[in-house]
Amino acid sequence: MPRRTTIHAWLMLTPALVLLFGFTHYPAVATLWHSLFTTPRGGRPARFVGIENYAYLFEDPVFIQALWNNAIYAFATIPLSIAIALAMALWVNGRIAGRTALRMAYFTPTVLPMIAVANLWLFFYTPDYGLLDQATALLFGWGPTNWIGSRETALGAMIAVAVWKEAGFFMIFYLAALQAIPPSLYEAAAIEGASRARVFWRVTLPLLGPTTLFILVNAVINAFRLVDHIIVMTRGGPDNATALLLTYIYELGFRFWDTASASALTMILLALLAATAAFQFLVLERRTHYR
Amino acid sequence: MRATAIASAGTPQLAAPRLDVWRWIETAAAWLFGLVWIAPLLYAVWAAIHPTGYATSFALFAPLTLENFVTAWNAAPFARYFLNTFVLVTMILAAQFVLCTLAAFVFARAGFRGANVLFALVLVQLMITPDVLLVENYRSMSTLGLVDTIVAIGLPYMASAFGIFLLRQTFKQVPLELEEAARVEGCGTMAILLRVYVPLARPTYLAYGLVSVSFHWNNFLWPLVITNSVETRPLTVGLAVFATLDQGIDWAIISAATLMTSAPLLVGFLLFQRQFVQSFMRAGIK
Repeated sequence: MPRRTTIHAWLMLTPALVLLFGFTHYPAVATLWHSLFTTPRGGRPARFVGIENYAYLFEDPVFIQALWNNAIYAFATIPLSIAIALAMALWVNGRIAGRTALRMAYFTPTVLPMIAVANLWLFFYTPDYGLLDQATALLFGWGPTNWIGSRETALGAMIAVAVWKEAGFFMIFYLAALQAIPPSLYEAAAIEGASRARVFWRVTLPLLGPTTLFILVNAVINAFRLVDHIIVMTRGGPDNATALLLTYIYELGFRFWDTASASALTMILLALLAATAAFQFLVLERRTHYR
Repeated sequence: MRATAIASAGTPQLAAPRLDVWRWIETAAAWLFGLVWIAPLLYAVWAAIHPTGYATSFALFAPLTLENFVTAWNAAPFARYFLNTFVLVTMILAAQFVLCTLAAFVFARAGFRGANVLFALVLVQLMITPDVLLVENYRSMSTLGLVDTIVAIGLPYMASAFGIFLLRQTFKQVPLELEEAARVEGCGTMAILLRVYVPLARPTYLAYGLVSVSFHWNNFLWPLVITNSVETRPLTVGLAVFATLDQGIDWAIISAATLMTSAPLLVGFLLFQRQFVQSFMRAGIK
């Protein structure tokens, strides 16, 4: 390649790379560095403490709770949103009555801001007056329930909002994949006399493999960063029942201004995300050839 | 439903007629999900267009009113928030288009040494998104003296790995012959990029634009952290501040404010439903 072109190439790359390194790579490394120091407070400069911040974190019951909550949040939202998305895609891809309206209904949460969504759901969950309590009173004769105010139901309520928000978004990817499956495969299956269930398990599902893996990675990332509604609806409460890693980072960093602990916690979150990336790179890239 | 079932009975895809009951159950389930998925929005519309007292009781002939929208609009500086969000979204989109186009072109066509390593470093941002790096990015912004500015909300997102990735994929599909023909005509590198590559990638720009606008219109956590005044707050943060101020929770007014802030995207979505859905599809397919 001629020299002049290489210079051109670098000139064209530089602006994007500067911003990218400045706000992704540098902060990731700086987080590691700052997590090894104390928080500078009122004239006292930061002091090197090694892994002390991490040690404190693992003795902090709120952190343990947030880690645990985040695990539940992930293991509930990931399979639920993917399964519902798949069902929705199959429905609106097939011959169902009112499929245009249905597709719109499913997709609407994707374009609504999470904050607006949080307000609407707050509404839903209001004890006694809220729609959910009115519905459960009518259907099952239940009394008023403080859905987001009690420890037992709060995390579940947050999970429901997240699944509701995500499923329609993931449906779109399944829909695209379903429409790319050649009809000849279904015709062949029909000639063989395969039942609908059999066609689904033996033809459709295997062909959706790459899409499922793509959605899975997105769902895992979202399990760590989809927290806007929690910050607005419960602020991690009641009694830390809905605290997740990112809400706790926000709490530590911008409520208590304990940036050292927040940095250590960020490192743990980065490690989890890096593990997801490694999984994608090592497992998914090997198995899927959809480039 | 029945008519379509009969009409398509001859096509091979359709299951045997004995599964009709199954189909009815499925249709019912699909509609139940549809109802649950749209219910919060319908509920908000109901609460917003009726007087406060009707927010939690349903009467078919409840009086209609637009009062709630007026009250909400006057209760907080929403005009300013709209302006801020508009400036923010436009600025981010313009910067993303320019930066990602240039970088994607290099990654798609110039095979210099180390390009693959650099590209892998770019892709890191797909996993480690700016919102996870709140604490450190806040520190950088205060070093740069940018805390509480609209630029600071946008900066971490302008060089988007997703945009670079998407455009690179599109640019790679442009036939090399077109580029060579343009070169023979005497076009320089920039002219080739602007006259050959960019026009051919128009659908990708549309797709990426819609995804980017709806993402940044709705983004919350980073703007919440980096802004602290009316002059810089985007709509989402303004709405959150408005809804949590203890002015006695009036659902009707909060619903009106909520609808107002999501209205531009919702209306856009209703008008360009097909493009929206296709854009999200296109953005998702690698």
